[in-house]
Amino acid sequence: MKQADIVIIGGGPAGLAAAVSAYDAGNRNILIIERDEQLGGILNQCIHNGFGLHTFKEELTGPEYAARFIKQVEEREIPCVLGSMVLDISPEKVITYTSSTEGLVQVQAKAVILAMGCRERPRGALNIPGYRPAGIFSAGTAQRLVNIEGYMPGREVVILGSGDIGLIMARRMTLEGAKVKVVAELMPYSGGLKRNIVQCLDDFGIPLKLRHTVVNIHGKERLTGVTLAEVDSHGKPIPGTEEEYSCDTLLLSCGLIPENELSRNAGVEMAPVTNGPSVNESLETNLEGVFACGNVLHVHDLVDYVSQEAAIAGRNAVAFVNGQLKHHGAGIPVSVSGGVRYTVPRTIDPENMDDTLTVRFRVGAVYQNAYIDVYFDDKRVSHIKRPVLAPGEMEKVVLRKSDLLGQNIQNIKVEVTQG
Amino acid sequence: MWDAVIIGAGVTGSAIARELSRRKGKFCVIEKESDVCSGTSKANSAIVHAGFDAETGSNKAIFNVRGNQMMDQISEELDVPFRRNGAFVVCLNEEELPALRALYERGLQNGVKELRLLSREEAVEMEPNLSDAVVGALYAPTSGIVCPFELTMGFAENAAKNGVEFRLDTAVTKIEKTTFGWRVITENGELETRAVVNAAGVYADVFHNMVSKETLTITPRRGDYCLLDKTAGHHVERTIFQLPGKLGKGILVTPTVHGNLLVGPTAVDVEDKEATATTAAGIADLTEKSALAVRNVPMRQVITSFAGLRAHDDRGDFVLGEPDDAPYFFDAAGIESPGLTSAPAIGEYIATLVTERLGLEKNEDFNPIRRGVFHPSSLSFEERAEFIRFHPAYGRMICRCEGMSEGEILDAIHRPLGATTVDGVKRRTRAGMGRCQGGFCSPRVMEILARELHVDLTEIRKADRGSEIAVGQTDKGLPEAAEWKE
Repeated sequence: MKQADIVIIGGGPAGLAAAVSAYDAGNRNILIIERDEQLGGILNQCIHNGFGLHTFKEELTGPEYAARFIKQVEEREIPCVLGSMVLDISPEKVITYTSSTEGLVQVQAKAVILAMGCRERPRGALNIPGYRPAGIFSAGTAQRLVNIEGYMPGREVVILGSGDIGLIMARRMTLEGAKVKVVAELMPYSGGLKRNIVQCLDDFGIPLKLRHTVVNIHGKERLTGVTLAEVDSHGKPIPGTEEEYSCDTLLLSCGLIPENELSRNAGVEMAPVTNGPSVNESLETNLEGVFACGNVLHVHDLVDYVSQEAAIAGRNAVAFVNGQLKHHGAGIPVSVSGGVRYTVPRTIDPENMDDTLTVRFRVGAVYQNAYIDVYFDDKRVSHIKRPVLAPGEMEKVVLRKSDLLGQNIQNIKVEVTQG
Repeated sequence: MWDAVIIGAGVTGSAIARELSRRKGKFCVIEKESDVCSGTSKANSAIVHAGFDAETGSNKAIFNVRGNQMMDQISEELDVPFRRNGAFVVCLNEEELPALRALYERGLQNGVKELRLLSREEAVEMEPNLSDAVVGALYAPTSGIVCPFELTMGFAENAAKNGVEFRLDTAVTKIEKTTFGWRVITENGELETRAVVNAAGVYADVFHNMVSKETLTITPRRGDYCLLDKTAGHHVERTIFQLPGKLGKGILVTPTVHGNLLVGPTAVDVEDKEATATTAAGIADLTEKSALAVRNVPMRQVITSFAGLRAHDDRGDFVLGEPDDAPYFFDAAGIESPGLTSAPAIGEYIATLVTERLGLEKNEDFNPIRRGVFHPSSLSFEERAEFIRFHPAYGRMICRCEGMSEGEILDAIHRPLGATTVDGVKRRTRAGMGRCQGGFCSPRVMEILARELHVDLTEIRKADRGSEIAVGQTDKGLPEAAEWKE
């Protein structure tokens, strides 16, 4: 059996940043396992720009952003196995993977970093009635077909869901000569970034219909059209509002699901809202020495945040291997209130904190002139006014170690309230 | 001159074809779709029924019980996933308990073994997720679950291996009486044959009525289903039927032989024989009615929904054999539930009728064994490692949800009646059938199909003619990945 101090599962943005940071924290026995034939993960098909504004202070394409990290991994000569799919992670941290070159391999790890990313919610999970013809794609699948394979999935397009990939693909398909007729969004707000609405829809005159969904799919072999309808405040279609759109392609951008099948099988506890592991301040799961970062932990909208988060996981994995990570009990729970749906992390042990800790969260609705409040037990310790908070944009609060250490705090609460 | 032409490559036609291939003769199966198992056989409850449901003495009762008994040997010979997981028929109110007992009595009369009536306590002990409304249950341990794709493929591949010819993408347009038998006219030419077997599913009435004055009426009865993620696969261990009662026939909840949970079907009569579209009302109905018998069915974990059409004969029974006015024309019509279960027995019966009519001799070379797509995951770690060393394609994982490698996909493409479409690969290997529903693997499966079939990617179809997936190449070529690297 192979041995490694730190095995990183996934060579996308999270895995790469975790590897670099683990190396820079002093570990020289790291292994990245990547299922694709190249590193970079889903960034390789994201050929639009807008990546790296926070990390590199410039606008890069997805492959360019990935290349910066791949270069860092190569410079450090961190070992990677490509075309290698992890089949199992045991609670004892034995990782089994398969590849066409090595066959079936087992690696005994001291620490594991989960960085498997996420997948798209498929049509079936949306319960859209109608036929099941060709021409229905999740937006990312269509993106791969266009940007990697060089094939067009269709000519006349309707997009359901205003997630970022759907918005990006509205522009991409338009640039490739397709007619994007409409983007329908079930919710009263977009699930994507504001800048993508402007740059991908508004600039191309593509209408965004909020509070609309697809209620029927036409065409038995190839899609011939869809029926759109307005929905009420419970998301139920309103009879009489149906509109027919002829199209040969329906792209779905209706949410991303962290890919945690391996984590679950290993015994990693999941958090209820994120569908990702429940982690502490060190991004460590309930299994000691098993860490998670990136979209497998919770779905991010900016890759820069993925890189930042992964770097923390990488450092902490090294601390764990070196016996420097302390484990004494559950830590201080982080609770949510008001419009906050979840936080990452969910517990904090101040002794393991860096000088500051970024707690990331999302809100469940659009807020204007709202306040982000942080409470230590009953005491409000911060009160920040924000002009707009939206579900499509990840938010954060920063906690200082000096405020938490030795204070015997029982609970930390993050709350969003309308101003 | 053919000895027999079978119309329809569903489970019934394929079972008949395989049984006929035990005899010497020239047999051909004609199918209008691009693959076997493309109609009712691909979209049903995948249950091997015990046989208590149908009226005693009916064809449904006789062939159900016989088919159930044959299934162990069939699944062994044809390498088809099959498991006797047992079934409950649950009764939801005290007043209907006599009806449950009547079903038990009917089961005994039909020859169903091991039936037992259970109290609520006994039933809940075995299936803790039964709803509070359940007052008792009929337990049928011989009921089972099977992979309907594999069963159909198994029959068809084995028939092909034993010499039966399959013509796909070939719709039959007309059948004419000739001096020596029949002329079957298709979109791709004519076939002269001594006998015709009509296993055309929802279209069986169309072909029957071309040759006989004793007309048949087959009504497509649509059933919507929801398939749930494997994480929900143990919500119940047995197939849970509801006792047909005041609220209609009820909805079943069952594990599938591959470990998912299946909820369905609704029952709506439709006119269009191609109307396999699901409806919002149907799916809502499933959610509501399944909850009557089983609590907390995790409908949020639905990974796909689909609809199938039962070929319902208006007299309500299987129509098997020659019409009085059309000798040498053999119906296997009105094959709705329990058609999947009955297929082996119907195959045996119709093949015997044809054999007697035509005086066919035994085929001494018949080989009953078919091996399914080989899955190295069934091996021990060391064996699997060794296997991949010699067959590297089995190390390259294509479908991450169902754990299917390139080797398995190549096997599906290059076997008898191999896959030519993305759905064909899916039904043979389960690649694309998991929780992401092909989101990741479908472009890779398309690439492999194009490479292996030596066609352009734009020619790769999801399923039948007209279901091409990519419509053309992007106008400009793509920069090489290397250029992006600094």
